[in-house]
Amino acid sequence: MSMAAGELHALTLAELARGLEAGDYTSRELTEALLERVSAVGERLNAFITLTADEALAAADRADRHRAEGKSGPLTGLPIVHKDIFCTRGVRTTCGSRMLDNFVPPYDATVVERLAGAGAVSLGKTNMDEFAMGSSNETSYYGPVRNPWDLARSPGGSSGGSAAAVAARLVPAATGTDTGGSIRQPAALTGTVGLKPTYGRVSRHGMVAFASSLDQAGVITRSAEDAALLLGAMAGFDERDSTSVEEPVPDYRASLDEPLSGLRVGIVRQHFDAGLDEETGRRVREAIAVLEAQGASVREVDLPNLDLSVPTYYVVAPAECSSNMSRFDGVRFGHRAADADELLELYCNSRGEGFGAEVKRRILTGTYVLSAGYYDAYYLKAQKVRQLIADDFRKAFAEVDLIAGPTAPTPAFALGDKTDDPITMYLNDIYTIGANLAGLPGISVPCGLADGLPVGLHLVGAPFAEARLLNCAHRYQADTDWHRQAPEGWE
Amino acid sequence: MSAWEVVIGLEIHTQLATKSKIFSGAATAYGAEPNTQACLVDLGYPGVLPVLNAEVVRMAVRFGLAVGARIAPRSVFARKNYFYPDLPKGYQISQYELPIVAGGELAITDAEGKAKRIGITRAHLEEDAGKSVHEGFGEYSGIDLNRAGTPLLEIVSEPDLRSAQEAVAYMRKIHSIVRYLGISDGNMQEGSFRCDANVSVRPRGQQELGTRTELKNLNSFRFVERAINFEVERQIDLLEDGGSVVQETRLYDAERDETRSMRGKEEANDYRYFPDPDLLPVEIDESFVEAVRASLPELPDAKRARFVEQYGLKPADAEILTQSRALADYFEEAADAAGDPRLAANWITGELSGALNRDGLEISASRVDAAALALLLRRIADNTISGKIAKEVFDAMWQGEGDADAVIAQRGLKQITDTSAIDEIVAGVIAAHPEQVAEFRAGKEKILGFLVGQVMKESRGKANPGQVNESLRRKLAEE
Repeated sequence: MSMAAGELHALTLAELARGLEAGDYTSRELTEALLERVSAVGERLNAFITLTADEALAAADRADRHRAEGKSGPLTGLPIVHKDIFCTRGVRTTCGSRMLDNFVPPYDATVVERLAGAGAVSLGKTNMDEFAMGSSNETSYYGPVRNPWDLARSPGGSSGGSAAAVAARLVPAATGTDTGGSIRQPAALTGTVGLKPTYGRVSRHGMVAFASSLDQAGVITRSAEDAALLLGAMAGFDERDSTSVEEPVPDYRASLDEPLSGLRVGIVRQHFDAGLDEETGRRVREAIAVLEAQGASVREVDLPNLDLSVPTYYVVAPAECSSNMSRFDGVRFGHRAADADELLELYCNSRGEGFGAEVKRRILTGTYVLSAGYYDAYYLKAQKVRQLIADDFRKAFAEVDLIAGPTAPTPAFALGDKTDDPITMYLNDIYTIGANLAGLPGISVPCGLADGLPVGLHLVGAPFAEARLLNCAHRYQADTDWHRQAPEGWE
Repeated sequence: MSAWEVVIGLEIHTQLATKSKIFSGAATAYGAEPNTQACLVDLGYPGVLPVLNAEVVRMAVRFGLAVGARIAPRSVFARKNYFYPDLPKGYQISQYELPIVAGGELAITDAEGKAKRIGITRAHLEEDAGKSVHEGFGEYSGIDLNRAGTPLLEIVSEPDLRSAQEAVAYMRKIHSIVRYLGISDGNMQEGSFRCDANVSVRPRGQQELGTRTELKNLNSFRFVERAINFEVERQIDLLEDGGSVVQETRLYDAERDETRSMRGKEEANDYRYFPDPDLLPVEIDESFVEAVRASLPELPDAKRARFVEQYGLKPADAEILTQSRALADYFEEAADAAGDPRLAANWITGELSGALNRDGLEISASRVDAAALALLLRRIADNTISGKIAKEVFDAMWQGEGDADAVIAQRGLKQITDTSAIDEIVAGVIAAHPEQVAEFRAGKEKILGFLVGQVMKESRGKANPGQVNESLRRKLAEE
């Protein structure tokens, strides 16, 4: 081994792939090094719910064998982790909930299957807000994840475990899911890259549903190049998900270096209004200036209905959630209350004990907005507004290629800060939710620090513009080194 | 005529005859061990998603075209949310606001024998739930999810039916159509074809509808008729006593022959329907519809008219013979091979139906196939045997003694057509019955029948009746 195992954790997937290919180290050595780091220093973050060391080492050995036999693929031997919302055969999948504390799926999610098929080695399952409902990782039954930049602060959510693990260099890459910002916001708050693809780009099969029309699987990495590498292996039509799209998957890495000259970048005035932390705003404007310096042109675009995105989201998402959560009834899997004497009691006790407060809040909200007499006023109206927001984006993308702005209104906030005030918590997703409502791809790229905490630049594109987003993010990273800065103590 | 008018609408649940379920690849075969035909999708496991079986769409379109309905270019699956142990996801996927089929009709024959048009409001696709098993588990209930996800087409009629008899006639018509189309086996014992009836009464002449009750899960034609009749009488009694009908769901108890309230629980449910975000809208283009239309078989009404026209059948026989496609096909094969359609019709509606009923067999399982029956009928036509002997031959064939020719040969049933042989028997009978012969000659024509009977008896039924008649008349005239 030409490189000390102690340094491997600092490398990106692309760098590790080159090292493995060159024979500088084996996948087993790499896996062992990372597992060791996780057990030595990782526990402080509470980023994992389940570690699968034995399975990981076995997969690493397989990868090494494949490589020796000349059968390696793009991800052979590369370590990743999965958000604990993706079903993994034989490995419990909790969704951060007591409801699924004992749930061991008999099958792999398509995302898990495809990444494993491409040779990736999964080290385990990461902590998350319960059923992906939360923006701070504090709704997890397994306790909050801590932000490696400041352990008293939240890493964001719901993919907070994935983001914290990648930011702390415990693992180079992780999967996540994004329903209203759950990949991009934690990526911003931890200084990582978070990519949410177009709705339908990646199969939802095996991803436990929160809000089916908004949920999308994506990745958290340190570089745009790594995000391109993973997305290429995950994306594509899946006959087990009717909402996945039969659209060819381009080679996302092939276009990473395209120059940005001629790129039309839109900015939305409301994104920089009151509500945005000043330092954060400055970092984002500086980042946009970097794009301009590379030849991009910047102009203002109007998204007149965007102000309605948070209230719209908090009707649509809970409505779908209330129905999706119904299968957790204590009958076939998951938590079953011990002391029920009859059916209604079994339901009430199992669900009462199994679900946490935020999940219950959303089930109640969703049940309310779908109820007879309220459906038109809430659900139907929200669907109409959703259409208007999508139309706004469509018009904007006739004028610009990408829309740039802040990912989150503030840097990481302190744990416990917003837990008493759901509305303030919900506003954390104000810049990200629009992309979910319109089904658009979005990426958060680290673009500096505000008061010592990471800030994310948010880029949103037209449907299936992932290659463009990754190209822009990669070119930005070529001229900056924010993504190379590790939190203090985690270098 | 009663002072009350009965108004009935039916919701018929037809199980579609697909190999796999509506949203999963699990098998739909009936009678498997509990929970052996339920995959993760049917079990409502976390993370799994429904994928529409294209075959159910084709079947629904077939039905829609057969009843002259509109096929929706875009229909939407919705979730009907409620908790029940046999409903694994906590919601049933069904079509709600935008069904695949809307606005059809068909004709039934009413009490006066006139054709009456019955409107079909809509037909929509949905998944069936599982089954709760209440026996054999002590204080618990068991759940069998084999049926969960089985494709159903729910066919909703307009409230155009005016009696239990009309309701049954309509239900039979739908039953026959879905079986003709090959989209359902229509097996009522197995629950493949069942209905709910919405029943109300109103004073004759009143425009507005009375309060209705819904009778649930009627799974035989007889129960439909009896349940509706009971319910109509119950409602009229209530109203005539100055009471009022409560809108509710009622269950028919076949053993007691009565309907019972299910106690409003169902009515309190708010199903919170909304479009299922896991499924795309079903989009059907004109070319698909036309391709399905081109593949439609001849339907019962058209076939009945053709049988009357082409084969000269009585309308009543044509009606019976077109009740199922298998029976109609049997008839056509037998009629064509025998060369005598009316004779074939008589035999099929008579001897054959009797034998099938006696042994509880479907036409497809008949022990005498159409070709075999045709051979038998040809032996009647060519005077090898008489119609009477043919019944004996048929019974032997039914028992598996071989084809008509083999039975006739083995049992020596070939008809006697040799004039001299018949004359010989006739001579013997005349000699043996001088009194009757005298009466005949005195002008008592009727006595001829007795003498014919004696000759037939002597010949053990084998003498050709026409020739016997002729010979007797000739010989009686001679002396």
